Amino acid sequence: MARIVVDPLTRIEGHLRVEAQVEGGVISDAWSSGTMFRGLELVVRNRDPREAWYWLQRICSVCTVVHALASVRAVEDALEIEVPDNARLVRNLIASAQLVQDHVVHFYHLQALDWVDVASALKADPVKTAQIANSLSDWAKSGSSHFRAVQTTVRTLVESGQLSVFANGYWGHPAYRLPPEVNLLAVSHYLDALEFQRDYIRIHAALGGKNPHLQTFLVGGMSTAMDPDSPQAPLNPERLQLLRTLIEMGRQFVRQVYIPDVLAVAGFYPDWFSRGEGVGNFLSYGDFPDKSMHDPSAFFFPAGVVRKRDISAVQPFSPEKVTEYVARSWYEYGDNKPARHPFEGETKPTYTGPTPPYDYLNVDQKYSWLKAPRYENEVMELGPLARFVVAYAAGKQPAKGLVDSVLAQIKQPATVLFSTLGRIAARALEAQLVADKMPDWLHELEDNLGRRELTMHNGARWDPDSWPSSCRGFGWHEAPRGSLGHWVEIENGSIRNYQVIAPTTWNGGPRDAMGQHGPYEAALIKHPIADPDKPLELLRTIHSFDPCLACAVQVVDARGRRWQQVEAT
Amino acid sequence: MATVLGLPVGAAAQVAATLEKKRRPVLVWLELQDCAGNSESMLRSSHPSITELVLSFFSWEYHETIMAAAGKQANGVLDRVVHEEAGKYLAVVEGSIPTTNPGYCTIGGRSALDIARLVCGNAAAVIAVGSCAFDGGPQRSAPNPTGAISVGEAVPNLNLVNMGGCPHNPANTAALLVYWLTYGRMPALDAHKRPLFAYGHIVHDQCERRANYDAGRFVERWDDDGARRGYCLYKMGCKGPHGTFNCPVVRWNDGTSWPVESGHGCAACASYRFWDTALPLYQRLPGVPGFGVDITAGKIGGWMTAGVATGLALHGIASAARAQMRPRGEAPRGGPTEIGRGSGLVEREGPPEKS
Repeated sequence: MARIVVDPLTRIEGHLRVEAQVEGGVISDAWSSGTMFRGLELVVRNRDPREAWYWLQRICSVCTVVHALASVRAVEDALEIEVPDNARLVRNLIASAQLVQDHVVHFYHLQALDWVDVASALKADPVKTAQIANSLSDWAKSGSSHFRAVQTTVRTLVESGQLSVFANGYWGHPAYRLPPEVNLLAVSHYLDALEFQRDYIRIHAALGGKNPHLQTFLVGGMSTAMDPDSPQAPLNPERLQLLRTLIEMGRQFVRQVYIPDVLAVAGFYPDWFSRGEGVGNFLSYGDFPDKSMHDPSAFFFPAGVVRKRDISAVQPFSPEKVTEYVARSWYEYGDNKPARHPFEGETKPTYTGPTPPYDYLNVDQKYSWLKAPRYENEVMELGPLARFVVAYAAGKQPAKGLVDSVLAQIKQPATVLFSTLGRIAARALEAQLVADKMPDWLHELEDNLGRRELTMHNGARWDPDSWPSSCRGFGWHEAPRGSLGHWVEIENGSIRNYQVIAPTTWNGGPRDAMGQHGPYEAALIKHPIADPDKPLELLRTIHSFDPCLACAVQVVDARGRRWQQVEAT
Repeated sequence: MATVLGLPVGAAAQVAATLEKKRRPVLVWLELQDCAGNSESMLRSSHPSITELVLSFFSWEYHETIMAAAGKQANGVLDRVVHEEAGKYLAVVEGSIPTTNPGYCTIGGRSALDIARLVCGNAAAVIAVGSCAFDGGPQRSAPNPTGAISVGEAVPNLNLVNMGGCPHNPANTAALLVYWLTYGRMPALDAHKRPLFAYGHIVHDQCERRANYDAGRFVERWDDDGARRGYCLYKMGCKGPHGTFNCPVVRWNDGTSWPVESGHGCAACASYRFWDTALPLYQRLPGVPGFGVDITAGKIGGWMTAGVATGLALHGIASAARAQMRPRGEAPRGGPTEIGRGSGLVEREGPPEKS
């Protein structure tokens, strides 16, 4: 029996530690711990709610934008502001570009090295790699001379004796199964994706001034005024043409590189379609409005709950059923209640872990800066897979059709979705779904520009003198990693209280008062570990969730009063 | 060596044969109390690209967001660099350092402060990227729940360069890295240890909307005709007259845009402790003299810097300023001698008091 510790668990956002018990070469139990705390929600109290988005966007930047969007929506909900149609479209385009770029970066730069052996690419025949590449897609950079150049780059690196970011990887691990030619193909696309992520995200510069940390959000709309006749307008015909070009670049990369690579890699690891299944309950708040945020029937991603892998039934999502436990988290609740609704949330950070430097956490006590969110006291998985499961169960198109066509292509039943590879595949399919939807939103924006329907901001409630003396709101967003919720309470023109629950809080949280494992913890159990010194298998499943720890560690602090219930669906 | 690098057994001979070749400088990138925004920003670098930086210019050995190794193998890389490359490697730091409890940020069971002391203390030079590493960042603002401080404060007497901004602009940091490789030293720095080439000029002076300011053409409310014509955003809270950064020149994301071009005011995000000294975001900078080409923003910026210094020295003034800072409405207008007062450009203990 051995205790594995992976800390830092790299190629994620933030600071994650996983400890796992291994018996007979198999994980028998696991503990997921967030090891960093900042407390930004306490910092925004007493400030102007119109600038909360600017502060809280800094919760995370791997998924930049998402907290800004959830924050302005929360304040708009509190102040009963409807944003103009053009602002809805610009926000949809910003959020969808974030999702597509983030999913690509996740696959190539955060996840791929768990499946791709860089060192093995040296043994590849570039001509055969080109043959494989051409059989998979029409991607232009697929000639043998290109792959030979990539191989030379890798060889130069290895022969230098300085492997840079590839130093000390698990190269040669028996769990790597791709042939050298496919490894070379993947390394080539790893480099292509580095260029892609930089170029594609210019969509954010055009619509947000810069990336990371966009700067065009306003409570009530966006600052990107548009005018078809003014070259100085932030949005004008030239900018929309730039967006069109970049959006097409995204569609092409997803279809010609990302999707074929995921399917090709998956083909060599079929056993990972039946491993890492996790808790089997799925939750989505829904998002990407075709109309208002108050019309969930017009969401591109539907809201809902699916339990126990039963895709024959989807239940409505009710935000009042969300609670958070701190039984195993480094916080205290004043009245010893085991769980609180986020509206009644309270957080007193109370670190009781070991004094650094330490070797092991006290996993039988409190062991994480993440709380443990629950839905009707049940553990839920969030993210691209959850969104697909909810959409599939709801019969929502085009998501259901896309899943069915891929399942037919790989000749597998829908149950393969509930797995490590299922999560990875769902993320790729979602990138395609969203990349293909973006031209529609851009087209609507172009139509409005042509018709001189130019309103980008609703300023009726900009002046705090127009606000009620107290109000509260709930804003949310389906971020790349799953459902994100912001709750704000405004009193006399400034923030009285602010709370955030991020998707990784759900997925990466610790046990609760009932002893239920969090989704990461549950998904790791029964994993084979070939070499406890190199727990590659553990990384595969944790990475399949796309952890984002800076988002997940949040402070909530309220005054113990029950807020009025807010309906999200 | 092959074992240290985690290479397959057969590579040992190759490595031995090439050890005599010129080695690339080693770089390690620490992420402490961070959002990874500066890592993401670095990935957007264009010239040189991140691929060139990581694979050709440096041996970029430790960077949690992108490195292959995890857990004990990752810690092994860092420890090897600290011991075998002491005094030779570059350390880039992203994120602030908590001081009230070491448990607020640990990596591999070690506290952020211990790691920063070890890694920065043995580096040839340290580059603090982003607001958090430069000055403590947003989490340092009241009530500063974790006692967050900057790298320079946590580990004094370093050979330190600060690359402020939220995040840092990768065009500047890439230029800094290449400067160091080319000349073997760091470029000229200002009083905050920021390179003059990036932080030596007021945003307002370089802004493409400056002519509108001089002519008195302002955006009066969001989305008005002025907003569509690219008028000056000063009245909407733009902090361009306060900020020193080269955004209007290098812009962002391959020169695609910057916040003012996209219609939103500058937040002066590269200024020291801008979270406390330049915000609230939508409050008009007070005390900026009437428009006119004969009064330059450089002069205004100079006055404001003096205001910050005065405020930091005199907490009495900070209190007076706080009393005048209101979360809504206009701050009082005044001449240059009053800029320290009521400008918001003085150290505040906390967010604006409720009115």
